[in-house]
Amino acid sequence: MRIGVITFPGSLDDRDAARAVRLAGAEPVPLWHADRDLRGVAAVILPGGFSYGDYLRCGAIARFAPVMGELVPAARAGLPVLGICNGFQILCEAHLLPGALTRNAGLRFVTRGLRLRVENTRTAWTGAYRGGEEIVVPLKSGEGAYAADPGTLAELEACGRVVMRYADPNPNGSADGIAGVCNAEGNVVGLMPHPEHAVDPLTGPSADGLRFFTSVVAGVLA
Amino acid sequence: MTADMVLPQPYAELGLTGDEYDRISQTLGRRPTSAELALYSVMWSEHCSYKSSKVHLRQFADKAPASAALLAGIGHNAGVVDIGQGYAVTFKIESHNHPSYVEPHQGAATGVGGIVRDILAMGARPVAVMDALRFGPASAPDTGRVLPGVVSGISFYGNCLGLPNIGGELDFDACYAGNPLVNALCVGVMRHDDLQVAAASGPGNQVILFGSATGPDGVGGASVLASAAFGGAAGEAVKRPSVQVGDPFLEKLLVECCLEQFARGLVLGIQDLGAAGVACATTELAAAGAGGMRIQLDAVLLRDPSLGPPEILMSESQERMMAVVEPGRVDEFLAVCARWDVPAAVIGEVTDTGRLVMTWHGETVVDIPPGSAADGPVYHRPLARPAAQDTLAAGHPAALPRPADGAGLRADLLALIGSPGLADKSWVTDQYDRYVRGDTVLAMPEDGGLVRVDEATGLGIALATDGNGRYCRLDPYLGTQLVLSEAYRNVAATGARPLAVTNCLNFGSPEDPAVMWRRHPSHPGHRGPRRPR
Repeated sequence: MRIGVITFPGSLDDRDAARAVRLAGAEPVPLWHADRDLRGVAAVILPGGFSYGDYLRCGAIARFAPVMGELVPAARAGLPVLGICNGFQILCEAHLLPGALTRNAGLRFVTRGLRLRVENTRTAWTGAYRGGEEIVVPLKSGEGAYAADPGTLAELEACGRVVMRYADPNPNGSADGIAGVCNAEGNVVGLMPHPEHAVDPLTGPSADGLRFFTSVVAGVLA
Repeated sequence: MTADMVLPQPYAELGLTGDEYDRISQTLGRRPTSAELALYSVMWSEHCSYKSSKVHLRQFADKAPASAALLAGIGHNAGVVDIGQGYAVTFKIESHNHPSYVEPHQGAATGVGGIVRDILAMGARPVAVMDALRFGPASAPDTGRVLPGVVSGISFYGNCLGLPNIGGELDFDACYAGNPLVNALCVGVMRHDDLQVAAASGPGNQVILFGSATGPDGVGGASVLASAAFGGAAGEAVKRPSVQVGDPFLEKLLVECCLEQFARGLVLGIQDLGAAGVACATTELAAAGAGGMRIQLDAVLLRDPSLGPPEILMSESQERMMAVVEPGRVDEFLAVCARWDVPAAVIGEVTDTGRLVMTWHGETVVDIPPGSAADGPVYHRPLARPAAQDTLAAGHPAALPRPADGAGLRADLLALIGSPGLADKSWVTDQYDRYVRGDTVLAMPEDGGLVRVDEATGLGIALATDGNGRYCRLDPYLGTQLVLSEAYRNVAATGARPLAVTNCLNFGSPEDPAVMWRRHPSHPGHRGPRRPR
């Protein structure tokens, strides 16, 4: 199975996302921001980083990259898409996910291994988790506070579209402790913490993040 | 005789002594142009030439034990050591103290950016950074201005660049009030064959300046030059920022762009632009290579079109590199730059004339032997044991007050573990990304950082930074030995075998004999723990 990882100018965790894909038993396929081509992949990851330096607004420039012209209709047609950190910000800017990521409540960048509670296991990327399970995954962001209008937040809660929630004290002021959300169909997931940095206990706080990637492999093959 | 010939030149305002000015005139056999004066003034600054410390620093090369692991040593942008299985690492640490005091955020940020380009210029992929910081008392109001800015600068630049911060130091002492120490380390990894040279060889090869466009940042003395040349009052000179402003996004593109250029074999020689910018890169590349270079300064991409030759030569705009490329491969080089959205311009070519010649819209504004600027003067500064040293040495720990009972001991212990230098530092280190690249095995709060170099073999490297201002103040020689042994132990405690050392000596003015005394006896201490594999 081939899973694409997009590199935008300023993407940083593309290498880590590719490693996680490999550890999950799939083949990582590099996708370039300037190419209107998804190279026939079965799923796509938008990795963390500072696309375009986060200048203007996080994700606001990357959203207009040529590759997004292919990705947005494919995602609307059901292609599994995972946006991690900056990738989540890009998915919000591209209106594939509701809401926005804003400056941390403490105004500082926060790097920490955190406990997350799995709220939704029916997405393309979380099927390998158990509902209510707590996992440990690093958060590392300066603009990770999830915000949306009250109507949207109520809808996300009512429809079970909150995918992960911070189980530790809220690290960044996210609304309702939201760490990740999905679209109505569950194929597009955005997450502020970094599951690709929790795939090997040697280099991460746990290996709990690996199941994001095994989930999509199992789902697509099923 | 024209008026121009008698107009005094502002060498003193540019930091040159009368003797140095005379030496420049003698070397050239004439009065230097304003561009040449600007070039020599920055190249012969203490910062670039090490003119006061060179005679002492030579000991590092002379006395270090021979090691088969050393692939590139003193004299290069950074040292390179073999770590086996075809891999080598290069690492270097540099201070950015004064800029960080003037403008803490940008000063610290550009300190990180500068050291990363040094590592990149060796041909390596930068893989991690560390920082060693010293501030005045945590309760001092000015520390409240300096520390948050320095930490946010390191966080902003390092995180956006995608390099894990794997450790360092943070301490507080009254002696650093008004003079914080901000030292940034970068380590890079390469295959042995990837080693690049900082030399412009092969007459006819093209010189390419790429990265940021050149702006007026960091041009300290150029306003002096401009006002003198045009007869304007000093007060009318345009105020320009003396601290450079960093763009970590462009640096990330520059890193990936350079690594692709290296991989395609497009680069014959490369130099990063740091202090003294174009002046330093051209003179050093030329002096180390075929000996000559012809540069069209008007081809340099500018972000401020009002800049003239002196400002272009002195500008310390960040995120720039200079490469030497075969004429037939220039198009491919420029195409790689375009792929990474990195601006680039061919600004000249290598010659065998032995002269560095620069023109400005056809007019020759610089014509010098490059070695005369690259090597510079060497001074033997006077040194004198400071009078207060005896008082310091006479003090004995036995004379210090001691707690008389358990309650006193408890109070002392609580005061110690609650002191900012010893207490938990995650309030600082949590602002740095330690996970990016997915190879960090050990980072803060460990004493040493450890990163994986290669997933297939599990090869990794450990690093530690240590310093102890108080030990070195009491006894520069012994204090330095103790610091080295501490770093050695911190690396050994990770399970790694110490292989090489580098240093970053933060001293005061070399024209103060007491400072020179401290710096002189502290150097031989480096003989000890440096050990080949």
